[in-house]
Amino acid sequence: MSPRSYGAGGVPAMAIGRRTMLKGMLGGAGALAGLPLLSACGDDSGGGGGASGTVTFGSNWSDDVPKKGIQAMMDAYGKGKVDINTVEHNSFQEQINNYLQGGPDDVFGWFAGNRMQFFAEQGLVGDISDVWSDIGGGFSDAMKQQSTGKDGKQYFVPIYYYPWAVFYRKSVWQEKGYEPPATLDDFKTLAGQMKSDGLTPLAFGDSDGWPAMGTFDYLNMRINGYDFHVQLMSGEKAWNSSEVKTVFDTWKGLLPLHQTDSLGRTWQEAAQSLLKKESAMYVIGMFAGQQFPEGAERDDLDFFPFPEVDSAVGADSVEAPIDGVMMAPRPRNEEGAKALLKYIGSAKAEDTYLKSDPNNIGAHNDADTSGYNALQKKGEELVSKAKTISQFLDRDTRPDFASTVMIPSLQEFIRNPNDIDGLTKKIEDQKKSIFGS
Amino acid sequence: MTTTQTVPSERTTPRRPPVRRKPPLRPARVVLVVVLTVLAVGWIFPILWAVYNSLRDYDYTSLHGYFSFGGFTFENYVNAWARGNFAQTFTNTAIIVIPSVLITLLLASSVAFVLARFSFKLNLTLLALFTAANLLPQQALLVPLFRLFLNIEVPFWFSDSGTLYDTYFAVIAVNIGFQTGFCTFVLANYMKTLPRELYESAQVDGAGVLRQYWQIVLPLCRPALAALSVLQVTWVYNDFFWAVAFMRTGAKLPVTSSLQNLRGQFFTDYNLLSAGSVIVAIPTLVIFFVLQRHLRAGLTLGATKG
Amino acid sequence: MTATAVREAGTGRPHRPRRTGRQVRTLTRRDQLIVALMVTIPTLVVVGLVWGPAIGTILLSFTDWNGIGNVGDINFVGMENYRNVTTNYPPFQPAIEHNVIWLVVFFLGPTLLGMLLAVMLDRQLRGSRIYQSIFFMPVVLSLALVGFIWQLIYSRDQGLLNQVLGTQTDWFGDPDINLWAVLVAAGWRHTGYIMLLYLAGLKAVDPVLREAAAVDGAGEVRTFLQVVWPVMRPVNIIVIVITVIESLRAFDIAWVINKGRNGLELISTLVTQNVIGEASRVGFGSALATIMIVISTVFIAIYLIQVMREQRR
Repeated sequence: MSPRSYGAGGVPAMAIGRRTMLKGMLGGAGALAGLPLLSACGDDSGGGGGASGTVTFGSNWSDDVPKKGIQAMMDAYGKGKVDINTVEHNSFQEQINNYLQGGPDDVFGWFAGNRMQFFAEQGLVGDISDVWSDIGGGFSDAMKQQSTGKDGKQYFVPIYYYPWAVFYRKSVWQEKGYEPPATLDDFKTLAGQMKSDGLTPLAFGDSDGWPAMGTFDYLNMRINGYDFHVQLMSGEKAWNSSEVKTVFDTWKGLLPLHQTDSLGRTWQEAAQSLLKKESAMYVIGMFAGQQFPEGAERDDLDFFPFPEVDSAVGADSVEAPIDGVMMAPRPRNEEGAKALLKYIGSAKAEDTYLKSDPNNIGAHNDADTSGYNALQKKGEELVSKAKTISQFLDRDTRPDFASTVMIPSLQEFIRNPNDIDGLTKKIEDQKKSIFGS
Repeated sequence: MTTTQTVPSERTTPRRPPVRRKPPLRPARVVLVVVLTVLAVGWIFPILWAVYNSLRDYDYTSLHGYFSFGGFTFENYVNAWARGNFAQTFTNTAIIVIPSVLITLLLASSVAFVLARFSFKLNLTLLALFTAANLLPQQALLVPLFRLFLNIEVPFWFSDSGTLYDTYFAVIAVNIGFQTGFCTFVLANYMKTLPRELYESAQVDGAGVLRQYWQIVLPLCRPALAALSVLQVTWVYNDFFWAVAFMRTGAKLPVTSSLQNLRGQFFTDYNLLSAGSVIVAIPTLVIFFVLQRHLRAGLTLGATKG
Repeated sequence: MTATAVREAGTGRPHRPRRTGRQVRTLTRRDQLIVALMVTIPTLVVVGLVWGPAIGTILLSFTDWNGIGNVGDINFVGMENYRNVTTNYPPFQPAIEHNVIWLVVFFLGPTLLGMLLAVMLDRQLRGSRIYQSIFFMPVVLSLALVGFIWQLIYSRDQGLLNQVLGTQTDWFGDPDINLWAVLVAAGWRHTGYIMLLYLAGLKAVDPVLREAAAVDGAGEVRTFLQVVWPVMRPVNIIVIVITVIESLRAFDIAWVINKGRNGLELISTLVTQNVIGEASRVGFGSALATIMIVISTVFIAIYLIQVMREQRR
């Protein structure tokens, strides 16, 4: 019962099977003999399924609301059959490396920015520059830039983005007479007021490790500016620099305003505390609306931009991660995949999606804004007025650094915010070993 | 510990030789019963708690808290079944579990047969090689196994990926590889206790090795095979690591992933999650109640000498 | 088990197998071939799917491979990964500590309790079987499922424990507590297993000896120490090894709770975090895995020596 017995009759398959089996047995070295998908796929696609053939679509939109959105978008395609393979969002992310190397679906969901470029650089994502020459006119330069790899080619089609901001319930604020603060000092004063009103100023849940990155990014951009953010993420600036220490120090001052025990709480549970009017504010992405029941409760949700810290730096950087799709390097049905990508890159497709999931903002210039709810309109305005747009810590830097160093480090900081020197040094040491390799 | 290992529930002999009298009821004994009862109630409580809350309405418990009584409904099970896509994932689990267990037992019993029947120099080494394989940490094998499956190319009709990655075959194979060692160890020990005259008379009758294995030894090993298959079914069923690591198609994933999906979506609806947990637990609990005798035998056979 | 089998075989009395095995070379050619196949196929499977990959991981631990790309991209970096693991990876030390705590707690908690339960239940007690079943039941549940079930008790806002105690403790989230909370849940499952092993071991105690001790006026404790304990020695070794291996391999429960972060770092979860997902620090993760393999191997060897010694007897 060795794997080769399933070589399925084909002699070549058997021979390869035996050889690779042996290599595998001889240790890792054998297993590293190149990317099999390069030789395996390809010839099948030429077979002429064409644009009308079936295209497989790997979807990480597994939660109820977005799942329906994707389904609706594909139902409206009409130019061929799309097989949707939905994988649970977190599992998809955990397995992305295996997924990409194991011959991914023709088209699949992913994130813009460095997180896309990292895989594009490794040749694990298909070049879709020709698709962009068709759809490019519909997107802003910023969108195009976020869809472009380090080699100048396009690898990504954006569907929507969602700004991060400070969310709150209008009804609570009206009742208490709160006003959105413009500066961090006002913010702190207001939070003090909320505390004395018996509210937790800031909802917070960092069990998954990434939500805290939003707070870090905003403080960093407000204190050190967007350029510093970019350089820090690309490894040029040191994590134990005085700039980063100031960020942590400022954050330390804000921590008492956050919900306690945040490390055991998911972002969704934290959103519940906002929903239940136990917390007054929440630094989160616009997708938080998915946690609010449609209707009066969701309409009650509002936000204000993360306040200014340093007037010299201002508050015109917005964190607005973009989600979208990419193509396999060698899709089984390339023609069909590209046709589908063109469709996804159209205003019509985005409108269909957003109708089901109005907690995001269409990436396309011509996306129909007339149907937007108040929050979407406000979000669009925030982003369009922004001077610079960042993605997110785990999308702007190397994925291995973000997940194995930054998540534990930020959690460590939340646990013990007093040893900033020690913490930042440890981050920098690890950064050097990862970026240096 | 050596030859007279008995299984608790053996039906043919009294569990305990009659020499021991039933001790009189003493205070110490009362204390013992009380202690055991308290412990047992505490032990079963988490499961009962999950069952209890799975049968209650979410709105009711969010209003009154879980520490309350009322709001009973079966809705959670209906919802969990549909949302968790259990109909499909149970099928997938069966596709993985059945061949894994059958082939594991086939491979293990054939090695065990040879090890028990013949003696060669490498006998003990082989047994060690097999036994130890089951004890290695799974994580330590992940990357090379992934590369291995990725490098074995198969026709597209066999696998959409063109390789063994994302096929049931990969998951089944790795379960077999991982579990064969343990079963070999247990079966070899078991077969060694079979009387040697058996083979000799078979030999005289002109039965070849294959017939001795298939027609004489295997039927005699039925108790051990039953014990192992029950144990293996629960182990492979419970596996949560290999399937997610080697498959990428959501529609192929086994039941253990359903719970993960439910949790991803309904993390705050503990009633629904409880129902999902109970659904996942039911097959193993049924096995437990119906085939407990075999389960116990399987575990003790492996750990102590059969 | 033995007794049953032998009875079925029709000899009517317990049978001690002869040590001397048959020699393969007296077989016909066809049978020799069959014997060879019966050994080699399973051996290839186990070597190819377990030992080969294990060696592969060890080799990878000396490289800086990122899991993508081919042979040409692999650089051997010597002990670099091990240096980084031990000096430049903050979660490593907590992970080692947690694995050790896990081990110690498993010995002091579930193992002792399991032994105690076995001794208590190994009597003519009414309902003994029911008690056994109850303690044994969690063993059939996966550790991932155990994590879910206990979450209903531990949850900060909705869990039973906080409602009963009137506390606000975040049992699975608070990094100072969560390891202990997880250990209770994992121990809940482990105890039944240990109990079962000892129960099986206790069956081997010669009731005549026990009687004799009782006639001599030996108390429960003395009988246990003098008659029962010596017989359980082989079980003890098995239990020690199983407990060590289970403690080292502990993974599922920490992974489903929070991916083994924030107070639940274990070597197994660190390996997984590094080799899967977007991280793909395969060389680095393999170094962690190799450390696991090495520790396991020591205990696997102890186990094998014990069981092989049993074999020879």
